[in-house]
Parts: sequence; C-alpha cells; structure tokens
Amino acid sequence: MTDYNFAYLDEQTKRMIRRAILKGLAIPGYQVPFASREMPMPYGWGTGGVQVSAAVLTPEDTFKVIDQGADDTTNAVSIRSFFERTAQVATTTATAEATVIQTRHRIPEAALTEGQILVYQVPIPEPLRFLEPRESETRKMHELEEYGLMHVKLYEDIARHGHIATSYAYPVKVEARYVMDPSPIPKFDNPKLGHMAAIQLFGAGREQRIYALPPYTQVVSLDFEDHPFEASKADHPCGMCGANDSYLDEVIIDDAGGRMFVCSDTDHCEARQAQGHRGKDAA
Amino acid sequence: MYVAVKGGERAIENAHAWLAEERRGDRDVAELSIAQIREQLSLAVNRVMAEGSLYDPDLAALAIKQARGDLIEAIFLIRAYRTTLPRFGASEPVDTGAMACDRRISATFKDLPGGQVLGPTFDYTHRLLDFKLAAEGETPAAPSRVAEPGDVPHVTEFLNREGLIEEAVHDDTPPPDLTREPLEMPADRALRLQALTRSDEGFALGLAYSTQRGYARNHAFVGELRIGTVPVEMEIPELGFAIDIGEVTLTECETVNQFKGSKTEPPQFTRGYGLVFGQTERKAISMALVDRALRWEELGEDFVGAPAQDAEFVLYHADNIQATGFLEHIKLPHYVDFQSELELVRKLRREAGADQVQEAAE
Repeated sequence: MTDYNFAYLDEQTKRMIRRAILKGLAIPGYQVPFASREMPMPYGWGTGGVQVSAAVLTPEDTFKVIDQGADDTTNAVSIRSFFERTAQVATTTATAEATVIQTRHRIPEAALTEGQILVYQVPIPEPLRFLEPRESETRKMHELEEYGLMHVKLYEDIARHGHIATSYAYPVKVEARYVMDPSPIPKFDNPKLGHMAAIQLFGAGREQRIYALPPYTQVVSLDFEDHPFEASKADHPCGMCGANDSYLDEVIIDDAGGRMFVCSDTDHCEARQAQGHRGKDAA
Repeated sequence: MYVAVKGGERAIENAHAWLAEERRGDRDVAELSIAQIREQLSLAVNRVMAEGSLYDPDLAALAIKQARGDLIEAIFLIRAYRTTLPRFGASEPVDTGAMACDRRISATFKDLPGGQVLGPTFDYTHRLLDFKLAAEGETPAAPSRVAEPGDVPHVTEFLNREGLIEEAVHDDTPPPDLTREPLEMPADRALRLQALTRSDEGFALGLAYSTQRGYARNHAFVGELRIGTVPVEMEIPELGFAIDIGEVTLTECETVNQFKGSKTEPPQFTRGYGLVFGQTERKAISMALVDRALRWEELGEDFVGAPAQDAEFVLYHADNIQATGFLEHIKLPHYVDFQSELELVRKLRREAGADQVQEAAE
C-alpha cells in the first residue's frame, strides 16, 4: 500500500477534517459539516470514524478498534487492519495502552485518561432527526435552542410506558447548550460521557458531520425531575469474570432458551480474568 | 459452554478467498478480459462511469469484473478510487452544441436543422431473444456513410429565438462541488444537477416516472436528446490558453415543459435538463424530469408534497453508495443496542404483568 498517503487520506483532506475537529472542540456538541470523502469501506460501516482517526493518527500512536465493545468483531478487525496497512501504526486491544480508540456503540469500561482520544462512529448525528426529518429545520432548531419537541417525545414515552423508552443513543445536553446524539451507545454508557479526561470525537461520514467533546465537558442526559435518568444494564454479573458493574451481552447457549451474560467489553473481561476473577460460567 | 468469539480475522480472509473463487466461476470457461467488458458491456461501463463520477472505461470495466457484475458495487469501487486521485484543475465547460452526435432526436419537431439521427438505439427493436448470439456468430458490420457537415444546433434555441421558452440565463459562477464540500440545503440548481447526474439510475427513474403519473406533473416533451463525443479543453497555466486534453461521450436531454404565464407575463415553456457521462439516455431523461420538478419554487409553482419536488428528500437519498452502505450496515452486529432494547422491553412487560413464564425459565 505504498501508493497511498499515511493513513490513506491525502494531507489536504486531513487538514480539512482537522479544521472541522477543532471547530467541533471549540463548540462542544455542535455538528460541524465537513466534506466527507468516499472511503474504501461502505458508508454506514464507520467511514466517519475512519476519517476522524485518519486525521488524528500519527506514526507514534497506538490504535485500538472496538465494535460492540469487542476487538475481534468482524468490522473492528477490518478497520484495524485498514490502518495497519495504510498507516503501519501499532495496534493493541488493551484500552490503557491505546492512544487512539475507535469505537462503535460502546465506551470502554476502564476510565480513559488525558492524552487518549476516543473516536465514535456515528450513523445519524442529528438527535432530532426522527422527530423532524428535514435538515434545514433541525439546524434551525439547534440555532434557536428549540428543544421542546425532544422533551415532548420523552414525556410521551412516560405517559405511554411509564418510562422514557430510549435505551440507546440516549440524547444528552452539552454544556447547557446543544442537544447531542451520543451515537448508539447503550444509555448505560451515558454517564461516562461527561467530565471524561480523554478527548471524544464523533464522525458521521455519510451524513458529513463531525462533533466533539473536549476533556472534562459537562454532559447531561435529558430527563425530568420526577423521572430522573437511570443507566441500566442486565441485572446479572458477568458469567466469565464475575464483574457486577460492566455492560453485558446476552448470549444464547443452547436451544432450550439457556443463556448467559458476559461483558461486552472484551478487553475488560479478559484483563479481569487474567487477574483471577472468575464468573459462574468460566471454564 | 460459551467460548469467546475469536478468529474474526481468519474468517474474513477465508470469506475473501471464497469470494475471489466465486468471482472467477467455472475455470473451464474462459476468463473475461477487461477489453471484452469495455467493448461488449459498454452500457454497464457507462453507468459505472456516470454514477462513479469518473470517466475511464477501462477502470469501469475492471470494477465490473471485480464486482462480479454488481454495478452498484462497481460504482463503489470507482468512487473509492476516485477520492484518492489528485486534482490538477478544472476543464473549461464542454460545449454540447459542438457535439459529434451519434444520436440526436427531437420529439417536438418532425424535422429540424441537423436532422433526426436515430443512432445505435434499442428503441425500435423487437425484444425477442436473439438465439443467434448464443451461437456466438459474428455480427455483420453496419452500413455507414460520412456524417453530414454542418452544425447541430440545440432545439431549445429555436424556441428561445421566438421567446417561447424561458431564457436559460448565462452564468459563469463556478459551480459548487459536492465531492469537495458538504451538501447543504438549500441547494442551487447547479448543485442539484450535480447530485442528479451521479444519482442512482433506478432512483432517478422512479422519481421521474412518479412525476409523469401525477406527483408534480410537469408535462415534459423531449425537446432534444443527443448522444456523442465532445472535446474536453483545459487551460494550462504554463501555456496561458486552453488545449484539448481528450474527449468524453455524453448524453444530453433537454425537455420542454408545461408553460406558465400570468396576466402580466405571456405564457412560456419551461425547461428541464439532464447531462450524463456515456450513452445513458434513460438516466438523462429521468434527470431532466426530476430537475424540472425540483424547480417548482423558482417558477412560482405550488409545492404539492410530491417526492420529486422535495430537494432534501431527493438529494439526500439519490446516492446509491450512501444508500447501499447504510442499508447494508444493519448486517453489522448490533448486540449492544439490541441488548438495551431487550432490557427495556422486559422491564416494561414485567411492569405490565406479562413475561412471567419467560422470567421463570431463566
């Protein structure tokens, strides 16, 4: 792959993306339009995250990719090998060793630190999209801080179901200004968004938007006083490492409805097992 | 017993190897060459060039071969390659009036300067399978003669001279470039046309057809359809003047649409425009109809809620590479989101008093 520039994109394109990232960091939660490029993987498969990673990676970086919390899911493997080929950067599965982490749908369990960058793949960056399909309208709503429609939606959930019926991509408000889509992470992960030591960058390739949370930004999940936000997970410990505080995948293990729960963050789970923690289903 | 899912890397490698084998097919059958695809599947090549936004018949043929004939996949390969190419500059606008036409027809005038030239068209073929082709017989050469000299002026110019059709105002503003700038609304006509010319042929066709059936009907006549080659000129800074750098085949369609007028303005026909790489006339006509439908606002027409009038709807959904990527991404794992939905639905069902049996079984 010597025919391609470092990390695939040419330097002009990276500069354009870096400008969008800087603007995003300067206005936390604001969606910055950027001239997203066609990448050699399909739209909807992380092209936004890949472009952001390509723009921030340096040859000295150590790169980690997770999808659904796992390093070995097929698309995570594909994106990791893309950067191994085009940027020859070191890769890792250990959260603490990575300087840039590209993720789809999860925030790692281990607390991130200053100097790390977490890059999210975002399918639909507009939190108001399913309430108002028109981009020209939603941009106006953000300009005017007109978020009543979102509160009405959440209220209607409570009226109908007794709870806010959003379990992932749960909307947040950033620094008391912009309502932001945190990408389809489970709402369990929402509390980690705020006051994080690492830089958080969000890339939506098909929708041509970048937004960002600088370190230690205030991020509040939308709720009501009498229906406060609640992070939820399966009410079980991990079957492999016994963790009580990690987000769990449910795995069907036989055709009689038997199932077990296991950490979605594979690095977290393996690290705990290496430390000697054992769950009830561990071999 | 649950075993952590590993081996994604090897699974992917093996899948790719299998794909390559399937692409080749039965090895007792001769392999297709790029030249064969370029010469004998040229309309597929044209579509890939048009929607891939890259005029290179050999690369398009290669993409078709690599994509096993899946044209959207081939378009994707071309688009991904295209983004890596350096941009030296922009050509001068091409002059379609100076086109060397292989085909030029007008549905609005029986005869006209430059004549009606049918060219290589399927139009009047009877769609009967030709079993002679299965026998691999050679096709006899078509009769030919030297093209008649003289200009082939645009049909709409005749109408324009009489003031019967709206003036197409000359505008030298450099058009926006949707491959270099994010698409933002409202989009001007140049940007809309740019999006339409690389839009999915099927999507453009469906939208155009919907206008014919009454969803923002605009009574289109094909004023002119022309297909042929035009020279591409580029100004080279070192030379200080424009030189020919090659030629491209284009299909251009100009429609003459329903007139408008008022008490103060005499009635005039209006225009729709389509211009597409290669011999791609279904697409060019579709493009012209959709272009016309999208012009409702500037022409003072009512928005009747038709999809083809809605620029956001049309432009954000016309690109098949964006569409197919997002559509197919739902094949990717969504365990995490699904798990959180499972938790929520279980909780809501528990509170509603259902789900007792399942919970007991856990």
